Amino acid sequence: MDWSEAVTRVLFEHRDEKDVHTFEGWKAVGGFSALEKALKMKPEEVVEEVKAAGLRGRGGAGFPTGVKWGFIPKNTDKPIYLCVNADESEPGTCKDRVLMEDLPFMCLEGAIIAAYAIKASMAFWYIRGEFDLPERRMRAAIETLREKGLIGKNILGSGWDLDFVIHRGAGAYICGEETGLISSLEGDKGQPKIKPPFPAIKGAFGCPTIVNNVESLAAVPWIMRNGASAYAKLGTEKSNGTKLFSVSGQVNRPGVYEVEMGYPLRDLLENECGGMKRGRALKAVIPGGSSMPVLPAEVALQTNLDYESVQAAGSMLGSGGMIVIDDSQSMPELLKILGRFYSHESCGQCTPCREGTPWGSRVLDRVADGAARPDDLETLERIARFLSGTTICLLADSLAMPIRSFFQHFREEFEALVPTEAGEKSGG
Amino acid sequence: MTSQDGKMSESTKTGVATPALKLSADAEARIDDLQSRYPTKKATLLPVLWEIQNSEGWISTEWMEYAARRCDVTPSHVLSVVTFYTMFHQQPVGKYHVQVCRNICCHMVGAPDLIEAVESRLGLKHGEVSEDGKFSLEHVECLAACSWGPVMQINRTMHENLTPEAAVKVLDGLE
Repeated sequence: MDWSEAVTRVLFEHRDEKDVHTFEGWKAVGGFSALEKALKMKPEEVVEEVKAAGLRGRGGAGFPTGVKWGFIPKNTDKPIYLCVNADESEPGTCKDRVLMEDLPFMCLEGAIIAAYAIKASMAFWYIRGEFDLPERRMRAAIETLREKGLIGKNILGSGWDLDFVIHRGAGAYICGEETGLISSLEGDKGQPKIKPPFPAIKGAFGCPTIVNNVESLAAVPWIMRNGASAYAKLGTEKSNGTKLFSVSGQVNRPGVYEVEMGYPLRDLLENECGGMKRGRALKAVIPGGSSMPVLPAEVALQTNLDYESVQAAGSMLGSGGMIVIDDSQSMPELLKILGRFYSHESCGQCTPCREGTPWGSRVLDRVADGAARPDDLETLERIARFLSGTTICLLADSLAMPIRSFFQHFREEFEALVPTEAGEKSGG
Repeated sequence: MTSQDGKMSESTKTGVATPALKLSADAEARIDDLQSRYPTKKATLLPVLWEIQNSEGWISTEWMEYAARRCDVTPSHVLSVVTFYTMFHQQPVGKYHVQVCRNICCHMVGAPDLIEAVESRLGLKHGEVSEDGKFSLEHVECLAACSWGPVMQINRTMHENLTPEAAVKVLDGLE
């Protein structure tokens, strides 16, 4: 495929236009025409349109958004809720922040269309507690739409009512997991719940609930305006549309970039990001947020950015939080940081995670700090094994995947820190 | 319920309700409004705790009891929630609460030097408050500003792309 042509922009189509973060600015670029169009359709038709577009969840899991909406039971007599997941917390990920700061009304328009499609009467914007400007922008946007009658009773004469509130988190990574988010919304500790039942059947307050990531919903206005087939034409056969990548680490121009699915990782690094800083060599890339397996440079540079290609390369596209690592970095040191993070964020309800992540973190600390014991790498492999698939949510796996992949590709760096026989290097 | 220093609060000791604490009229009205819209009172616990912390700077045992009454939950439930979320403070923090990111992306672009410079300028380590109450310091996990690291957040204001020198300048500029 020839990528020399300008990439079609969906989410950032209007990002650079004047005052597009205001109601008038968003209206001036065709804002709310998608909502008007959607409200003239049946909710089921909106669901079908998003299904046909092939939009997949951008929070990390990549599950088709329209299919998820379709799981809401027909003819339920309970209220239906929409929860917008704006609890962006996966290290490496800062794309939803940009969407909320620069395009709050686009995000909100997408959310209102989603709420209509699933017949929700109430929507919650669950935003992480540390966000300042994003929260102020979203709060102001919701108040403006309330004044304009686009949130409230009988929206645009459709006979449909929707209330919308901001729910501010308070510093807990696990609330980005959809059932953890629901627990937090209900006034509890943000502990995930066993699935099934899935939230679409029994979610917030025991009622059918859809939890969608900000970026997923932000694509909905474009899809409604331009049609499902226009969106489906973008990207690859199975990964439709565009995706935001928030690039961090040792590149010349870190930032948040929108590219079509299937765009070569090498081009993103060289073109958008301006290559490696200070001419250093690329060592590794974590393509989709810190919990995803790391790829060594030679594999990463051959990979295209779509769900299937990244999976074939041995990792996952995840949230699109791309962490670029140069050859000055110590992999044991980076893994130590991840160990500390995931043990800090364990919610504590499942034993393997509550006990295993701090244990793993302690072992990673002593390996990186030059106090390794002879069998520490085997211990870490054992910990990674029992962190996998043994818990309610994926947080435990989120440490297991980095441990395995760091060992797989950079084992020699770890071995260099471990004494071959007991006593030989027992510095601590 | 028991406060952090192990003393029983007045209401627990006597079985009599604490003299009713109240937030400002505006804050009370905001809570009433939310409680008319949320499906349960319990669900407004996080918003109520935010109102308390915004007003008082931290959340004392007495205010946890207020939150329990306001949201129809037990004080022990409130305590479990307050201790679960890292942003709720159970003791006063500084007028300027300085949070430096220590996670992977900021680490790779200079967070260790930044943290060292901030600690040395403030004379504080992680979790400490200065004697005059002006500053408190906390090492925090990812703040979702990874493309603009290393970052430091003071109260709610984010400072990005910091060198150690720039960070010290920011601190020195605070009244």
